[in-house]
Amino acid sequence: MIDYSKILNKTIQDIKPSGIRKFFDIAQEMDDVISLGVGEPDFQTPWSVRQCAIKNIETKRTVYTANAGLEALRRSVSKYILKKTGTEYDPLGEVIITVGGSEAIDISIRSLVEPGDEVLVVEPSFVCYTPIVRMSGGIPVSIETKAENNFRLTADELREKITDKTKLLILPYPNNPTGAIMEREDLESIAEVLRDTNIMIISDEIYAELTYGKKHCSIVEIKDMRERTVLINGFSKAFAMTGWRLGYACAPEPVAKQIVKLHQYAIMCSPTVSQYAAIEALENCEDEVRKMVEEYNVRRRFVTDTFNRIGLSCFTPEGAFYVFPCIKSTGLSSTEFCEKLLYSKKVAVVPGDAFGDCGEGFIRVSYAYSINHITEALSRIEEFLEELKRS
Amino acid sequence: MDSLLQLLKQNSRFSDKQLASMLGTTEEDIAKQIKEYEKNGVIMGYSVILNEDLIDDSEVTAFIDLKVTPQKDCGFDHIAEKIMMYDRVESVTLMSGAYDLSVTVTGADLKTIALFVAKELSTIEGVKSTSTHFVLKRYKEKGIFIDKKNKNDERRMISP
Repeated sequence: MIDYSKILNKTIQDIKPSGIRKFFDIAQEMDDVISLGVGEPDFQTPWSVRQCAIKNIETKRTVYTANAGLEALRRSVSKYILKKTGTEYDPLGEVIITVGGSEAIDISIRSLVEPGDEVLVVEPSFVCYTPIVRMSGGIPVSIETKAENNFRLTADELREKITDKTKLLILPYPNNPTGAIMEREDLESIAEVLRDTNIMIISDEIYAELTYGKKHCSIVEIKDMRERTVLINGFSKAFAMTGWRLGYACAPEPVAKQIVKLHQYAIMCSPTVSQYAAIEALENCEDEVRKMVEEYNVRRRFVTDTFNRIGLSCFTPEGAFYVFPCIKSTGLSSTEFCEKLLYSKKVAVVPGDAFGDCGEGFIRVSYAYSINHITEALSRIEEFLEELKRS
Repeated sequence: MDSLLQLLKQNSRFSDKQLASMLGTTEEDIAKQIKEYEKNGVIMGYSVILNEDLIDDSEVTAFIDLKVTPQKDCGFDHIAEKIMMYDRVESVTLMSGAYDLSVTVTGADLKTIALFVAKELSTIEGVKSTSTHFVLKRYKEKGIFIDKKNKNDERRMISP
């Protein structure tokens, strides 16, 4: 008998499965669960994008593309980023089309991190950064952001964690799970700390289109930051294209040149049909995106208000499609809260500590659902809290 | 369409308080806006979306296409106004294409409707022909899938 534990890579064996896994299994087994647990839009991919994909299948555009992606798509991405951030990226040498933002994160981290390097991970945040850093032999160092700072990263918090081994900062804004954003002044002060160092930045801006009232500001817009940043974005959230698996990384040419090698050997090229469809998304779907943002905004206000009204204090998120209410007043841990809520009211939300230890005491609630669905789920949560108080 | 009307179209039972929170305004402001819409006729009434198949005494519905000779000066208006006076008639719409007026009619059974068409609608002066289509099965009503098996949401229940 093979002893797999002796054969399989030690690092991967030590990595815990995602914190939401167990929870997902329970919820999946139950009937009539009403979920506020997803991390993807409820909207459909714009019809013209779907139509464009169909057309490209019909005309047999189903072969490999260039490793870095279709030239036409890279040109569209470059134009789009220039429009959004005022920053230029050479479509031929500085843009790589990837399998979702996820692959862009993976290959960017692996291209930068060497064994022993410290990587600063701003938390709470998306679940993948730390495991990938570990697999690269790096040492993840978490920077815990705080509710009283609206979950923004401060210069002091950053400075405190920098050592001579620090290689990279992962900057995940607009943020999943908190809904926090970083404004220009916040980014200026982060830039001030990094300016005379060799520390690189991976800026995961997958939710850049989804901000409310304030336009997203990218770190690459700040003086001297473009040269040290890998800017990551994609189509999943902005254009409701999660299943198409398409994202991109923009980086200075010497960095992109290395990243694209990993992409070339691991992936070859991103899905061709999705790439053609993505051009349509970037070129012709601004209106659709605006409509989605307006609708998210209605839900955001309602969900935030409701949590505050029913006694779970909730910071007003300004980006993404999550709220992150604090449940400490119930005396329960995040996991206890979520399990009890699921069993007694059949509402699924995600425990905050799935996004880093400092997420303990919070829950992530997604509002990527119809307003009727949200209303029903929230009234069940309100009942749940009343019953908790009585017991 | 403004956001308030869009929300009411989705669910006219939202309270003023809920609507105020959704739209970032006050309850008083919502109440005032709705009053105004009711007064100027933009909001004509409030209704419910039913799955008629689950109601025992539900009626039969038919869509009837009418070809009509337009009249001098008033076009189709006069005939349309005549047709809409019948209680049985739920809606009357002027259409582009092969037919002129589309009429929705309800009745206890097929025969009732067929007789109504034969005796009433087709005898109106100016009606050249009728074509009656009975509703057999409804799949989607006002944006809602009727059969719950057709899940509107294919997403995994929880994802990061």
